[in-house]
Amino acid sequence: MTIQIKTIDLEPKRQTFGHIARRLGADKPASRYQEATLDVQATDNFHYKPLWEPEFWFYDAGKSAVTMEDWYKPLDPRQFYYAAYNIARANMNQAVERNFAFAEERGLIEKLSAEAKAAIERGLLPLRHLHWGSNMNMSEICQRGYGTAVTAPCIFAAGDHLGMAQIVSRIGLELDGQTGVSLDKAKETWLSDAAWQGARRLIEDLLVERDWFQLYVAQTLAVNAVLFDLVYMRLDSAWRDGAIPVAMLTEFTADWRAEEGRWSDHVVKTVAAESPANKTVISQWANHWIDRAVEAAEPLVSALTNADAAAAAGDAARSRARSLGLNV
Amino acid sequence: MAQVASLTLLHNDDARPIIEAILADNPGVRVLDMPGCVKLDRDMELVVNRASVEERLGRSWDPQEIHLVLVSMAGNLDEDDDRFAVGWKH
Repeated sequence: MTIQIKTIDLEPKRQTFGHIARRLGADKPASRYQEATLDVQATDNFHYKPLWEPEFWFYDAGKSAVTMEDWYKPLDPRQFYYAAYNIARANMNQAVERNFAFAEERGLIEKLSAEAKAAIERGLLPLRHLHWGSNMNMSEICQRGYGTAVTAPCIFAAGDHLGMAQIVSRIGLELDGQTGVSLDKAKETWLSDAAWQGARRLIEDLLVERDWFQLYVAQTLAVNAVLFDLVYMRLDSAWRDGAIPVAMLTEFTADWRAEEGRWSDHVVKTVAAESPANKTVISQWANHWIDRAVEAAEPLVSALTNADAAAAAGDAARSRARSLGLNV
Repeated sequence: MAQVASLTLLHNDDARPIIEAILADNPGVRVLDMPGCVKLDRDMELVVNRASVEERLGRSWDPQEIHLVLVSMAGNLDEDDDRFAVGWKH
């Protein structure tokens, strides 16, 4: 008996789902990002309007003043879907773990001067509350937004803010010998220190902003590009002899801003380019919220350092907004 | 008669941007689909450009990452930070 080993090539009858093939223009193999994103959100046949907001359906393009012919135009250049996102963040987290281990072994935080520790407690630790507010905002955008292409990466960003809040908390725990005392103090600072009330008012006002794309512009171009960039990257002098340990322990945020900025800039640019009406409205929002963020940053900067960092952060954010085609 | 430069890659989701980049950058490339892998042949030279792959992948890519999906190759290797190429010079 002879045995013949052959391979048979089985051609699949279809390469991908019908709705994906219609979007791609032909039945060809689709990437996991495409299959996880395109036309996932329901658009019709909702059974009843929500009692808490009966003027809109659950997914309703009317919930924002900006309009798009196709909300699947602003795709994520990073092509993140659940697995790709988790793998990317797991890799970034390895660097975080190594940096914290290094800082602990060398006692980098214990050896800091009292002034540096006080500056970090006052100027960095309350940031965990700003991250929490940002998490709330990104979750809100995910909930009220239209189109999976824009809303799915929002919940990834929401998770990222919680991760960054945890990193800030860990820095606090290094400072207070893992007791949590510094974090209680940071909350007090957030609630009552004049330096932080501008930032606190800003994020609390955003918690009640109902236009989800205005909230997106405010969060990405004002909170991220002004406030977070300011504290994480422009206040080295405030941390005194702690500048290098802080930079090392907050490296995640620097990497995150670069990567997340690719996505959020692309979304704002694409929606603004859709129509002159969109561009006008988004430019107004950018102007307004960047001004608010600079105003919020001023008392914080003057409490921590004598540099003109608030204005510089505002200029950088406006310059970024202009590069996206906005009139600011 | 021209010698054939060839790369055989796994036909999976990770290799997709690399395969698409090769098809876009190499005019005259011939594709042979086999179960589980794809053989890409071209006379004299076949190039994988980093920029091309990055455009399709959405993140930065090191040409050495091709080894995760490379099954076989034919040709002399010419590789640097920006490209991975197999070819024949006479």
